[in-house]
Amino acid sequence: MNKHIVATVDEIPIGGRKIMEINGRSIGIFNVNGEFFALLNRCPHAGAELCTGTVTGLRQSDAPGEYIWDREGEIVRCPWHGWEFDIKTGQSWFDPTRVRVRPYLVTVESDVSDYQPGPFMAESYPTTIEESFIVVDLSRSK
Amino acid sequence: MNLIDCDIHNNVASPDSIGKYLTGRWKQHYEQFGIQYYFSGGYYHRSHASAARDDAWPPNGNLPASDLPFLQEQLLDKWDIDIGILNTLYPAGEQTNRAYGAALAPAINEWILRDWLEPEPRLRASIVVPYEDGHDAAEEINRWADDPRFVQVALVARTQEPMGRRKYWPMYEAAVSHDLPLGMHFGGAPGLPITGAGYPSFYFEDHCGMPQAFQAQLTSMVFEGVFERFPTLKLVLIEGGFAWLPSLMWRMDRAWEKLGREVPEVKRPPSEYVREHCWFTTQPMEEPSQRRFFRQMLNTINMDDRIMFATDYPHWDFDAPDLAFPVSIDKDLRRKIMVDNARGLYKLS
Repeated sequence: MNKHIVATVDEIPIGGRKIMEINGRSIGIFNVNGEFFALLNRCPHAGAELCTGTVTGLRQSDAPGEYIWDREGEIVRCPWHGWEFDIKTGQSWFDPTRVRVRPYLVTVESDVSDYQPGPFMAESYPTTIEESFIVVDLSRSK
Repeated sequence: MNLIDCDIHNNVASPDSIGKYLTGRWKQHYEQFGIQYYFSGGYYHRSHASAARDDAWPPNGNLPASDLPFLQEQLLDKWDIDIGILNTLYPAGEQTNRAYGAALAPAINEWILRDWLEPEPRLRASIVVPYEDGHDAAEEINRWADDPRFVQVALVARTQEPMGRRKYWPMYEAAVSHDLPLGMHFGGAPGLPITGAGYPSFYFEDHCGMPQAFQAQLTSMVFEGVFERFPTLKLVLIEGGFAWLPSLMWRMDRAWEKLGREVPEVKRPPSEYVREHCWFTTQPMEEPSQRRFFRQMLNTINMDDRIMFATDYPHWDFDAPDLAFPVSIDKDLRRKIMVDNARGLYKLS
């Protein structure tokens, strides 16, 4: 088991993110409309810190001159060259089958007594029973 | 020496960065009118603010690459760069008031010297010149050329006239007299449509269409006889790519066989002038979708001694030194591109 408690649910608001080092890996945890997702904080293109990039939406078009704007808050754009990735899956916008950033399984759990505490010692949070924690599983890519 | 970066863009922290080196009539003008400033010489808004990597804004909130300590940390120290060459994109050459441009240039160069080259010995710089006036530009070159920290003359790819024209020749004469290469950089906003087919719609087209300008400049300089008139002239094409070189050289050579008598001063196949006089920087490199063709492309160009590494920091299309090439390249060639070619050309030590 390679599960790590990374934050309390309250700590990352909708649209927010937290970037942290877990087992030597820098990982970004995002709150997309109340759901949590985690990506490796390294762009597969040129190594920039992808998770520090602008969170945006998807600009699409079915025909010239017709534009669709949707999935706001679900896309992260690399701060260097602007490669865009789906925060929920790690897939790139321009070549989803081949270019992706590694996503990690994230769960929200209350009973975390078995897990490695990561940077949060459970005792830091006296209301352990009621409190919900965000847990990242490094052993499993989504 | 392990790494030379041939394209870094320092910027001003505030209007006073330049203003403090202006005096009298032109200082007053600067304070009243400011400068005509199409960012980086472009008409199209960039995909990133200030055309920079989102993480390149210094903590003090000023423009990317305007803060020397942050540039040292994020670029020179992080990548262990031995020498970096500043190509300052400050549009002295684009001022429609030519006399004003000629007055701005020495203030800009003074700022480069005092605020960048003196405090950071790893840096060198290109001389900013009012390039639309060959005589003024020559004067500016002569003003700084004796300082070995100025290693090049800064030009842009989009100018008011093709750069083979005689109006630019006094500038070439000065550069040659000091053995300074001309560094022609991506950009320029001279008031003309940016393509041969007019003004396009998107920054995308501005960005991808830039090689057209480089090709037009190179063709002009070859056929106007610039390289015949200045046999020691060195021209560096910066941020223009190079995959287009073989087709341009092939086309020019075949046409020269048939049409060469229109320009009898061009005595040799055009490709010979290109191979003899030109250098190229790496960022951005055209990357074939089948990556192995990258090596084939370099072989076809056959100018291994003329390609020099550049990051283009702080701009968004930055190339990281360790991941710049789409394929692994031979150790000797890598050494040439990362160090030796630039060290030789710019006489760096």
